[in-house]
Amino acid sequence: MGLISPSDQERLRHDFAQMTRPVRLLFFAQTLGCETCPQARQILDELPLLSDLITIEEVNFVLEPDKARQYGVDRVPAIAVLYADGEDSRIRFLGTPAGYEFIALVQAVLLAGGRASSLSERSREQLAAVARPVTMQVFTTPT
Amino acid sequence: MAFASPHITAFAVEATEYPDLARRYRVTGVPKTVVNDRIEILGALPEDAFVSQALEAESSPGGDPDGSKSTDP
Repeated sequence: MGLISPSDQERLRHDFAQMTRPVRLLFFAQTLGCETCPQARQILDELPLLSDLITIEEVNFVLEPDKARQYGVDRVPAIAVLYADGEDSRIRFLGTPAGYEFIALVQAVLLAGGRASSLSERSREQLAAVARPVTMQVFTTPT
Repeated sequence: MAFASPHITAFAVEATEYPDLARRYRVTGVPKTVVNDRIEILGALPEDAFVSQALEAESSPGGDPDGSKSTDP
C-alpha cells in the first residue's frame, strides 16, 4: 500500500470501523485513452484493504456504455458510490480521487456506510421536500 | 445533500482532468459549485446557502440555462 501513509491508514481504518453497512464503489474506466485511470484505480484499491465493508467494482466504459449511461457517467475516470445492494447514493466523483477529493470520497463512503448526516435537521427537512431533479457539481483541484 | 433527497445527485469534479467541463462552467477558482447548470456558488459557503440554492434551483422552471450569462466561447 504505497499511496496512503501508515498513520493515515490507521486513522482511516478507525473511521471505516464505524461503518454499519457495506458500500460498493463503481469505478468507470477504459484501457486506452484514459491517462488518469490507472492512478485512480490505484487509489481506490487501497480502500478495501482498510475495511471489509468496501468493495470496488470496475466497469469498462467502452464495453458497457449502457451501465455508464444508467449512472449518468459520460466520461472516465468516474466513481459512483452505491450501497451494497446496488442502490444508488447519487454521489459521483469525476476524475482521480486525490487530495481534497480523496477526503470527500472517504466522507461519502462513511455516509453510505451508515454514518449520520452532518446536515442540520432543518436542512434535511427542507431537502426532503425537493421533488424535482437537482444536480450539484462541485469543482475542485487536487491541492 | 444527495443523501437527504432522492432527487439530488452530487458530482465532485476534478477540474484539471475535466478541463472541458471546467471551461464550460467557467471555473476559474475552486471550489465552485454549479446547480442544475445554472446557479453558481463560488467558494465554500455555509450549509444554509447550499441548501437554499438547491431549493431555488428546484423551484425555478427549466428554460434556457445559458441565455442570461454566456457569450460565444
